[in-house]
Amino acid sequence: MSSGQTMVEKILAAKAGKDKVVPGELVNIRVDLALGNDITAPVAIKVFEKFNLERVFDPEMIVLVPDHFTPNKDIASAGQVKLLRDFARKYNIPHYFEVGRMGVEHALLPEQGLIRPGMVIIGADSHTCTYGAIGAFATGVGSTDLAVAMAVGEAWFKVPSTLRFEYEGRLQEWVSGKDLILYTIGKIGVEGARYRAMEFAGPVIDSLSMDGRLTMANMAIEAGGKCGYMQPDQITFDYLKNRVNKDYTPVYSDSDAIYEKVYTYDVSDLEPQIAFPPSPDNVKPVSKAAGVKLDQVVIGSCTNGRIEDLRVAAEVIKGKRVHPSVRLLVIPATQLIYRQALEEGLLSAFIDAEAAVSTPTCGPCLGGHMGILAAGEKALATTNRNFVGRMGHPESEVYLSGPAVAAASAVAGEIVHPKEVM
Amino acid sequence: MILEGKAWIFGDNIDTDAIIAARYLSTYDQAELASHLMEDIRPGFFEQAGSGDIIVAGNNFGCGSSREHAPLAIKGAGISCVIAVSFARIFYRNAINIGLPILECQDDLYRTLQEQDLLRVDLDRGLIQEIESGNEHQAAPFPPFMQEIIRLGGLVEYVQKRLRETG
Repeated sequence: MSSGQTMVEKILAAKAGKDKVVPGELVNIRVDLALGNDITAPVAIKVFEKFNLERVFDPEMIVLVPDHFTPNKDIASAGQVKLLRDFARKYNIPHYFEVGRMGVEHALLPEQGLIRPGMVIIGADSHTCTYGAIGAFATGVGSTDLAVAMAVGEAWFKVPSTLRFEYEGRLQEWVSGKDLILYTIGKIGVEGARYRAMEFAGPVIDSLSMDGRLTMANMAIEAGGKCGYMQPDQITFDYLKNRVNKDYTPVYSDSDAIYEKVYTYDVSDLEPQIAFPPSPDNVKPVSKAAGVKLDQVVIGSCTNGRIEDLRVAAEVIKGKRVHPSVRLLVIPATQLIYRQALEEGLLSAFIDAEAAVSTPTCGPCLGGHMGILAAGEKALATTNRNFVGRMGHPESEVYLSGPAVAAASAVAGEIVHPKEVM
Repeated sequence: MILEGKAWIFGDNIDTDAIIAARYLSTYDQAELASHLMEDIRPGFFEQAGSGDIIVAGNNFGCGSSREHAPLAIKGAGISCVIAVSFARIFYRNAINIGLPILECQDDLYRTLQEQDLLRVDLDRGLIQEIESGNEHQAAPFPPFMQEIIRLGGLVEYVQKRLRETG
């Protein structure tokens, strides 16, 4: 009996030189791209040195982005970044992105045309799953995996089974990819997709912008997913045009592919969603969050720091003022997005509203720097995690939302639906 | 290999920010990382836990970020083994890659054991024994490929062996 395969199974099978792979099978395969940042790459570099190799496997396949504690927040962080910089020079690694030319890694790599459909990408950062939005197999790994990929160009994987998520209906105004993924994580829980691939599909996905898709795939890890992906389509190809100058072959799931489970959601009535602390699956509609008073709002990150996110936030905030008791931080995710936001007048809208606009950094998302919370403070962020202590003091709290709710809530001083301030 | 140690009980979904908070990630010094192990959810844990002790947890242990600093901090604190109902996948591969023994056991030990109960773990057989009561629990076996990585002490040693063999 023959049966079809999912996109991920096909990509892994092709790399393994097989006609077919099945969930649970272990494969050791060549990876096309291996990514590290200023937290994970220093550990990988130390591990790499144990191999006593004179060169890396392929300098072109390594990407190093110092984005977490940059611009260097302290002496220790400066030392970590210097390790990356020196390593990139020593081994002639072209894709090292310095401050002033960089961005938050998962916004930067697609923007720079480094991601193509059908690729196998590992990154020593859990949100590497973002690139699935472009029809690649991309997954987060640790530093030792990165070191091994730098040394021998390979990584081991267990072929995941796949969960398919179909979104039907039509999204309401102010509802975005972030709301879809928060809703999904709320439904299946933080381990609902553990070890599994998440295939996002259906008419709502077909008409979702690339920025919205990247946001969704980005948070697959928050459901425990190994990867999250959309199959390539015209929106993908339009995004890739003028970015990617190498050939690629799109890979699609067969119509008779085997899924472990298919979830179907009609999202026509979906409200903007909020993840309450301390877990990304603690999700409620915004109407159930009304009245939560805020000390800080953060708009940015690899989840929601892209141009479309900034456009939505600026549209909400233009001509208004950030509430006197709120600090609003806006962090365009890359230099290119920063410039675009400048040219479109978005940054003026933020600054006129008394927001602080920052150079690209992961900064506050992981409680690194640039917006740490004190004990007892509450933040609403367009980021991806709200664990205990994630943005600062263990007694601070983080709520998660999309950019429209974040901007509106910054104005209101408490969590509100965007329509409340329009 | 046989391990013996006191059990320290944790719940479900222990995330990597809880294991080692991001504010300590500007170093990869294992001893420094270990001194902040579980600090935000259980202050003083590093001082309490003794060498050879065992972490026993629920579902999805190590969810969240890919930071290898999390298993490094656990290993650095002298924890000999982590037993959980299930592990988040990046933590799972990181632990295997750095040679931190982990066991997946469907029995809800984190619900039935008492804090500081003594455990004996036979890693090769995946057998967990409560020393006082003699109760035994079977953990899921590792695939042979992973057993080989664990046997050699981690992925680095595994790849080094391969590099030697292929010249």
